[in-house]
Amino acid sequence: MLARIIQRQSNRRLSRNKTHTNTRFIATKTWSKVKLGPVDAILGLNVAFNQDPNPKKVNLGVGAYRTNEGKPFVLECVREAESAIFKGKNNHEYSGIGGTEKFCDLSRELVFGPDPDLNVATVQTISGTGALRVAGEFLRKYVDHKDIYVSDPTWGNHIPIFRDSGFNVKTYRYYDGDGGLDFEGMIEDLEEMPENSIVLLHACAHNPTGIDPTKEQWNRLSSLFDVKKHIPFFDSAYQGFATGNLENDAYSIRRFVNDGHRPIVTQSYAKNMGLYGERVGALHIVARDAMELNALDSQLKINIRPMYSNPPIHGARLVTEVLSNPELKKLWLSEIVEMSDRIQHCRHRLVGGLKNAGSTKDWGHITNQIGMFCYTGLSMEQVDTLVNNYSIYLTKDGRISIAGINDDNVDYVATAIHEASLIEN
Amino acid sequence: RILVYKTLNHNMFSEVPVAPPDAIFGVKDRYVKDSSKDKVNLSIGAYRTNEGLPWVLPVVEKARNQLVNMGQDYNHEYLSIDGLSEFRRVAANILWGEYAQNDNIAIVQGLSGTGSLYTGAKFISKFLPGKSIYIPNPTWGNHKNVFTNSGLEVHEYAYYDTDTNGLDYDGFIRDLKNAPDGSVILLHLCAHNPTGVDPTAEQWQGIADIIQQKDHLSFFDTAYQGFATGDLDADAYALRLFADRGMNCLVAQSFSKNFGLYGERVGTLSAFTNSAEEAEALNSQFKRIIRVTYSNPPSFGARVVAIVLSDPELFEEWKECLKIMSGRINDMRQALYDAIQEKETPGEWNHILKQIGMFTYTGLNPKQVQSLIEDYHIYLLSTGRISMAGITTSNVEYLAQAIDDVVRANL
Repeated sequence: MLARIIQRQSNRRLSRNKTHTNTRFIATKTWSKVKLGPVDAILGLNVAFNQDPNPKKVNLGVGAYRTNEGKPFVLECVREAESAIFKGKNNHEYSGIGGTEKFCDLSRELVFGPDPDLNVATVQTISGTGALRVAGEFLRKYVDHKDIYVSDPTWGNHIPIFRDSGFNVKTYRYYDGDGGLDFEGMIEDLEEMPENSIVLLHACAHNPTGIDPTKEQWNRLSSLFDVKKHIPFFDSAYQGFATGNLENDAYSIRRFVNDGHRPIVTQSYAKNMGLYGERVGALHIVARDAMELNALDSQLKINIRPMYSNPPIHGARLVTEVLSNPELKKLWLSEIVEMSDRIQHCRHRLVGGLKNAGSTKDWGHITNQIGMFCYTGLSMEQVDTLVNNYSIYLTKDGRISIAGINDDNVDYVATAIHEASLIEN
Repeated sequence: RILVYKTLNHNMFSEVPVAPPDAIFGVKDRYVKDSSKDKVNLSIGAYRTNEGLPWVLPVVEKARNQLVNMGQDYNHEYLSIDGLSEFRRVAANILWGEYAQNDNIAIVQGLSGTGSLYTGAKFISKFLPGKSIYIPNPTWGNHKNVFTNSGLEVHEYAYYDTDTNGLDYDGFIRDLKNAPDGSVILLHLCAHNPTGVDPTAEQWQGIADIIQQKDHLSFFDTAYQGFATGDLDADAYALRLFADRGMNCLVAQSFSKNFGLYGERVGTLSAFTNSAEEAEALNSQFKRIIRVTYSNPPSFGARVVAIVLSDPELFEEWKECLKIMSGRINDMRQALYDAIQEKETPGEWNHILKQIGMFTYTGLNPKQVQSLIEDYHIYLLSTGRISMAGITTSNVEYLAQAIDDVVRANL
């Protein structure tokens, strides 16, 4: 009976044309006011790149690591972990609102170091973005003011994430406009802020500038945060990528914790394990004591449940396997070094290439900056030239992803950047 | 090293209260901690074999192997914000049937059913301001959370008739009529959670009539397509009916149960719109919401579903899996009913047979439920909802006896 009803209705449906206009009933005007949204700036670059027929095209947009052959890099430790997981005939059951305890413990240890006395509420999240969003939602509920401070500039998505969570997003000075850090400006702005401000910091390999405070500068910041009772919020998406050394890259976070701060930390495994699309990350909040830990943990879960119930398990399983298997962990450490070394190498090759192309400008910031990205200092017009005339894709702020550079394209890129840099603003 | 927490530091979290454990996962947690060898888990809507074990569908294993055999070509790169395109295509086909071919369907990959509901709820609160959403009484425990969290005002419509253990159709229609024009109406596509009570085809037509008259916006939640009757198209009857009438609707789709991919978080949010332009507009706005929530969706689960559903042989094999799962559940319904009949347990129990899908709303009261949990180590929700998938030929007799006991104990 049901089947016949469905068939009759299918037949009626087929006789209508493709763009449906139903004259029998008044078509609802439900969506008529919904406007077409703007294309996302960073991810939209990929679309444009893919459609470009120029054989010399270079994608310096999205921050995904590429090998010297320009290919995605599936880490060997991840491949082996995945093989073990599939062989283990695991099921796909729900993992619990905050992810598995094992994953959370390992993630916590990676960020903060082995420290059994530290009270940290940890939940698995949908990579770094998901951690930021859950943090934003949670903080808005428990903070009596509506402001959050981010560096100028910061990752493009930080601002809309916090705005959507209900914050007024304000900035503190960061980039000095000339390839370096405006540290005194940053200090001044932190001093100006009201006490107890929530301040977003990049743990290492600042995105988009690649400029990090030195250890001494981090120490000074920690003291200032103490004086102003600010709440440090570290976004850690590149641990291992900056210097190839996990402890080094966590210096800022561990320094703050050592000094008695209780930071919020958002962590991503997208880049350092090449797990981009599996969306693995964690949110940590350092708690005053076990009681506060318990309260925080329960409230974070309350926030997660209505958003997506529980996090995806596959990526977390891979991370757990790699971090808990000593051989795989050792392999991972060597692969991180491999990736950060190649990026360092590309930075030097690029500067060399610019000199060879005849540039007399000071490109020292390219080798001074650290991590996946480099703030070239190119203007919007110069960026447009690169995109339109050379099929070299980068974001409008002049940020390039070094991982998109390799021995085959570095000279082309260097020449193009040199020529673009000559264009008057 | 001695850690000194400076008392000068912030006190931001000192007032954060401990939240109660989640109603559904909380019950499961208690089950896990229980050491009794008789314990039975009837709390979570996850399929179990007759051995009481999770079941990894053979087609899922085959898809996993295919991924591994891809070698260098298998990587973990970002999906686009709206997810894997092949996945969207096959998911749309399953859900919309022929309507999927038309360009007025908007669809994005989502974080299973919950995540898709969330994105839809955010969309409604942003672009259809002032709208209230009406959810059935009762409904899945997390529905209200999802909608209030997005700032929507939530109301209920009559649904379950405790006298008949069936549908309160008149109450349903009455509440739809009384709701202000253009309200959002949450509908379970099939296998209603928690009651297992679905409208008949004729009743769906009556429901569609009122929704059209009132210009309401339907928001379908489909987590059990394939689980109700074992037939995908039959289970999607209501949606195809609405589509045929050109009714705008949103749909949150989950592959958790019908693919056994629970923790991989695979689903979609789709919409039936009036034109290709509208579909494009909706897709772009869904993506904006997704971008500031989690950027882009997880890759693995979507790949598995795409592999299975785009391969004709695997697709057929998957449909067989659906028949196995829905078949076992029906067998357990019969077994439980028979066991209860044999004991001549007081009360009416044929709702066990009439209700559809993973769950049965037993009609047991909270005291009876508490006794089942504490005295018999049988874990179910305080609403009396039991997951039929937790029943096996080994525990059905024990369960029936326990129900008989608590009913006769006059709690």
